[in-house]
Amino acid sequence: MPLHLEIVTAERLVLSDDVDQVNAPTKDGRVGILPRHMPLLTVLTEGELSIIKGGQRTEFAVYGGFMEVLPDRVTILADACDRSDEIDLERAEEARKRAEERIAQRKSDQEMALAEADLRRALLQIKMAKARRGIQA
Amino acid sequence: MPSTREIRRRIRSVRNLAQITRAMEMVSASKMRRAQRNVLATRPYADRLRDVMSSLMARTSGARKGTLLEIRPEVKTVGVIVITPDRGLAGSLVANILRRTARFVLDEREKGRQVKVLAIGKKGRDFLSRSGQDLLAEVTKLGDYPKLADVLGVSTNVIEGFLKGEFDEAYIIYSQFVNTLVQRPAVRRILPVEAEQNATPAKGSDFNYEPDQDVVLNDLLPRFAEVQIYQAVLESIASEHSARMVAMRNATDNAKDLRRELTLTYNKTRQANITKEVSEIASGAAALADS
Repeated sequence: MPLHLEIVTAERLVLSDDVDQVNAPTKDGRVGILPRHMPLLTVLTEGELSIIKGGQRTEFAVYGGFMEVLPDRVTILADACDRSDEIDLERAEEARKRAEERIAQRKSDQEMALAEADLRRALLQIKMAKARRGIQA
Repeated sequence: MPSTREIRRRIRSVRNLAQITRAMEMVSASKMRRAQRNVLATRPYADRLRDVMSSLMARTSGARKGTLLEIRPEVKTVGVIVITPDRGLAGSLVANILRRTARFVLDEREKGRQVKVLAIGKKGRDFLSRSGQDLLAEVTKLGDYPKLADVLGVSTNVIEGFLKGEFDEAYIIYSQFVNTLVQRPAVRRILPVEAEQNATPAKGSDFNYEPDQDVVLNDLLPRFAEVQIYQAVLESIASEHSARMVAMRNATDNAKDLRRELTLTYNKTRQANITKEVSEIASGAAALADS
């Protein structure tokens, strides 16, 4: 029995496919979802989301959101989501630098929170992009 | 009757004008198509979110106080987000939204409520600050294809204002995109979040929530409000471009009509001048022949 996975963000439908397994980063830790999982609704954090289909593994970076799990269906409502092969290491490094500069400036609390979120996002992207290169090399 | 040279000059300027409006029409047409696609692209997310939320709410009960679901018995202050374009030249679009806004504010005041406004878009901001409204926040220069993150500032303002009790209800006034020719100003309540508990099939009561129901619900509700605002912004943008496209098409057509009329006048004037000259020459020749 396949598991139908849909990943949507507010801007677009990222993926709609039948998969064998989904590994997602939740607030309480990573969870692996196989078909016939019990119904679950959970909050996601930033992290790596991987899906396995026919032995092939595909990675995504998610930056928070929700996941609804039904026995034959998984819906991920991501705040934002990038496919790992769409992540550009150099751009992520630049984003990290910018975020670090903003944090160093110590502006308002709100500004800090935004900068920190950007930094976390950039670090995740860098990590994933490097891991990908490692696999290829 | 104006001189032929003057008419020629006017024909030229009308022609240049038509070229500009036609170019603007084509730019708006392509922006409109992309904006429409963006509106459609958010639907799956919003629909999914609504599904998840209504099935969750069917299963939780009670304690709504202090959340975005809280319906306050007495509404003293309302917040309203007004979404307008940054630029004009879009026919009656801006005027329609602003008229609707003015009516909304007056109606609410009549009910004895205070109105606080938040503006997205330059046109609305200018109107609201000019008319001396209580402007809480403003966002302009969102561009043609904003991301969800671009409207988070306003939505956070509204959500926090509601939770802190700065206002008891929040509305949004935007331009609903019906089709290319029709855009309607619309008013929608976004807070408290409308509890749609329509016949949710019991997908099994053994649904699990992590960390727990309240945490999930409290994370979901603001997202839902944010997405509603985001969608309204996208629809307004699609409306703006289609209104501008139609306005520019009308302008181009008018310019063409004007040019046709001017050309006719020009030819008539030219002909009249020639006739006059010929008759002058003829009468001059006749006068000579007579003497």
